Amino acid sequence: MIVTNMEIIPGKKISQHLGLVQGSTVRAKHVGRDLMAGLKNLFGGELKGYTELLQESREEAVNRMKEQASAVGANAVLNVRFSTSSITQGAAELFAYGTAVILE
Amino acid sequence: MYDLIIFITLLALGYFFGRIAEKKHYKSIIKREKQYKDIVAVSSRIPPISDVPMSSCLVAGSVVVSVDYFKRFLSGLRALVGGRVIAYESLLDRARREAMLRMKKQARDLNANMVFNIKLETCSISKNARGAIGSIEVLAYGTAFSPEK
Repeated sequence: MIVTNMEIIPGKKISQHLGLVQGSTVRAKHVGRDLMAGLKNLFGGELKGYTELLQESREEAVNRMKEQASAVGANAVLNVRFSTSSITQGAAELFAYGTAVILE
Repeated sequence: MYDLIIFITLLALGYFFGRIAEKKHYKSIIKREKQYKDIVAVSSRIPPISDVPMSSCLVAGSVVVSVDYFKRFLSGLRALVGGRVIAYESLLDRARREAMLRMKKQARDLNANMVFNIKLETCSISKNARGAIGSIEVLAYGTAFSPEK
């Protein structure tokens, strides 16, 4: 499965368009990480725990998107976009969406 | 009285550690930017036509950074009079450059020398009581092209 944020893939032809596919996940951090983040908020600097958490969740969102794409019979997802939003204190939603297509 | 002492201690701690952390971060960013200088990273949507077959792959880099107590205090003061919040400008600059570098590192690991259609996204992840920025997440993603083996 090709996942890309380009609208075309050089050298390949789109034979069928299958519509929008999406995947999302909502994650919260655990207390230990929140505690460390509180400290970091004092001194400044990177919050490694959060970076990892968001990366994991983004992978999860992409995987869900891929599942949906293979369910409709696509072999590629083009024009992928990511978006992040914080819903409440301590929880973030990661969202990935793209266009499922069949490439020749 | 105790509150004042705690407040001043926090300010001083934030000022010193924040400064050290920022200097160290900038140093490492500049060093790595030189290292990845040869990777073409542009936001154009269409890749150039090439004779060699290329393989493409989605690459992404993200970072979560936070401001220190001192800068947050400064920005609070700035909010009274309005104007440029320099304290936060450097935070966002650092975060963007770091995210780009991480994306480039992923591209380098894939043996790619070009990254196209780069999108940058910023999100404030911790909403504290007064809705200040606090910590931000920056995500950079794009499509890396590498010559097919």
